[in-house]
Amino acid sequence: MDMIKHLMETRRDSVIAFGIVIVGYVVMQALMATGNLSYTISGLMVPICAYIVMAVSLNLTVGILGELSLGHAGFMSVGAFTGIVVTTVLAGSVELPMLRLAIAMVAAALAAAVVGVIVGVPVLRLKGDYLAIVTLAFGEIIKNIVNVLYIGLDSRGLHFGLVTPRFTLEEGGKMIINGPIGVSGIDKISTFTAGFVLILITLFIILNLINSRQGRAIMAVRDNKIAADSIGISTTRYKLMAFVISAAFAGMAGTLYAMNYSTVTAAKFDFNLSILVLVFVVLGGLGNIWGSVIAAILLTALPELLRALNFNDYRMLVYAVLLIALMLFNNSNFKQRLLERRAMKQAEKEPKEVA
Amino acid sequence: MISNLIAGISLGSIYAIIALGYTMVYGIAKMLNFAHGDVIMVGGYMCFCATFYLGLPPLAGVLLAVVVCTLLGVTIERLAYKPLRSAPALAVLITAIGMSYFLQNAALLLWTANPKTFTSIVGYGSIQMGDVHITHVAMVTIAVCVVIMVALTLFTNKTKMGTAMRAVSEDKGAAQLMGISVNRTISLTFAIGSGLAAIAGVLLCSAYPMLVPTTGSMPGIKAFTAAVFGGIGSIPGAMLGGILLGVIEIFSKAYISQELSDAIVFAVLIIVLLVKPAGLLGKQVSEKV
Repeated sequence: MDMIKHLMETRRDSVIAFGIVIVGYVVMQALMATGNLSYTISGLMVPICAYIVMAVSLNLTVGILGELSLGHAGFMSVGAFTGIVVTTVLAGSVELPMLRLAIAMVAAALAAAVVGVIVGVPVLRLKGDYLAIVTLAFGEIIKNIVNVLYIGLDSRGLHFGLVTPRFTLEEGGKMIINGPIGVSGIDKISTFTAGFVLILITLFIILNLINSRQGRAIMAVRDNKIAADSIGISTTRYKLMAFVISAAFAGMAGTLYAMNYSTVTAAKFDFNLSILVLVFVVLGGLGNIWGSVIAAILLTALPELLRALNFNDYRMLVYAVLLIALMLFNNSNFKQRLLERRAMKQAEKEPKEVA
Repeated sequence: MISNLIAGISLGSIYAIIALGYTMVYGIAKMLNFAHGDVIMVGGYMCFCATFYLGLPPLAGVLLAVVVCTLLGVTIERLAYKPLRSAPALAVLITAIGMSYFLQNAALLLWTANPKTFTSIVGYGSIQMGDVHITHVAMVTIAVCVVIMVALTLFTNKTKMGTAMRAVSEDKGAAQLMGISVNRTISLTFAIGSGLAAIAGVLLCSAYPMLVPTTGSMPGIKAFTAAVFGGIGSIPGAMLGGILLGVIEIFSKAYISQELSDAIVFAVLIIVLLVKPAGLLGKQVSEKV
């Protein structure tokens, strides 16, 4: 009952925002069905969904919990490769691709959550920039280990090898993860619809978490750890909780992302990817979940848009300049003055309305 | 064994020189300058262009690289970081990342993605002493690092500008009240850091002669790790951290696993930070309630 009551309390603008997401999905789906989307744009749909989930989940760590994480791609990597192994194992037994993807995502979320606990327990003892650098280090370690991981499948089951494939596969066996070469011949079962459903689930859970007792506890830890401690909030527990949930969603995003390409290597989930997602979060606004969604869409589409505008050679350069300009504008006196002017205009209007 | 140790110290010296740039900027501006790694790359390309296209002697190439990078560092600070002096730390971080993208892509346009083969500025000779094998590059790198360490220590401890620098990193407000120009001091720090990055770039490319627009990023990340390892903000810490990191990297490559060396380096960093949360030589600041 509590759950239902809580749902009723979900703010109205949140319902409207969910509506916009659904309308957006329907419009994109209709455009794709009628062939009105270019090949590049429709190829971007699933990655954009994965980036949205990544950005929203990272926002939980950076915006809501207030700890800078530079290794979010590591959890995505764990999820991606777990998802690949699970879907390959289930290829014979589960016919329905959507169901297989769903099971793979659950497994990926669990695996990423376990890694999240392993990483989170030591990391969350540190503070500020030191915490950031250790998440960076963990991200690199995960990339490095996956890069030398060999997993094969044959009738006897799964075989694991680190650095060298220390196993020989039977006749008809299949190498799933082949060290630095990565995975090839992936069954591309990710669809835009799957991505959309994942986004809805992510938004629903994370928004509800933020507006719940636990969410308020997490924000209390962010705002003042000592004050939160003194009123009996277990800071370690809530920090770890936010961190692990964030990791689990990154894992699911990883599965979604990986199952969209025929080949995936560990090097894809590197420091630059973590940074890319962090840029979405910061530009969307720290702690602003819908901002993350919008920033992820715009910033993924922007380089492609620049490509379409024949900026091909300069597109990443333009992207960089826009990024810097946006940050400068966001913190400039100019914006401050614009905001003040708007506030003044509103203040002028209000008395009239009352009268 | 000794050969590996020397190779490690040589690689570590490069990390140490880069880490100095990170740590000085952090100490004074409290920001992580992610574009620092790409300044190294620019330094490498500058030296390459000077010797390859213009046919200048190697030393002139190094000089050109240092001058260009120093100007570049100061310009970046003026244009991108100075307006954000009072902005939240994350905003500055993202701007620095944007700067890093900018430099990498500008280099991509100017010099294309094809790797350039850098000719070592001191040649490829080496000397043999019994079992020990030392390349000229390693000797020069270590020597340069020692000179830089001594010079920088003297500069920060003995000169007026060095004292100003330490004062600003201690307390900006108080330093300003004492008549120190905070902006000028920060510019100076960026200038020194970027000049050192240019030297590191030339040394790095002499040791590993492949030059691409992303050359600077991995050494940048590692040097940054080294700076944290030694205690970010501390100059001797950056030197110690850099050299230790280089030695650990070479040793784990030689004795444990070629492929897992990066993982081992980062694992050591994590363990050190868990035991000493402020790095090896960092100051432990207790929290005020």
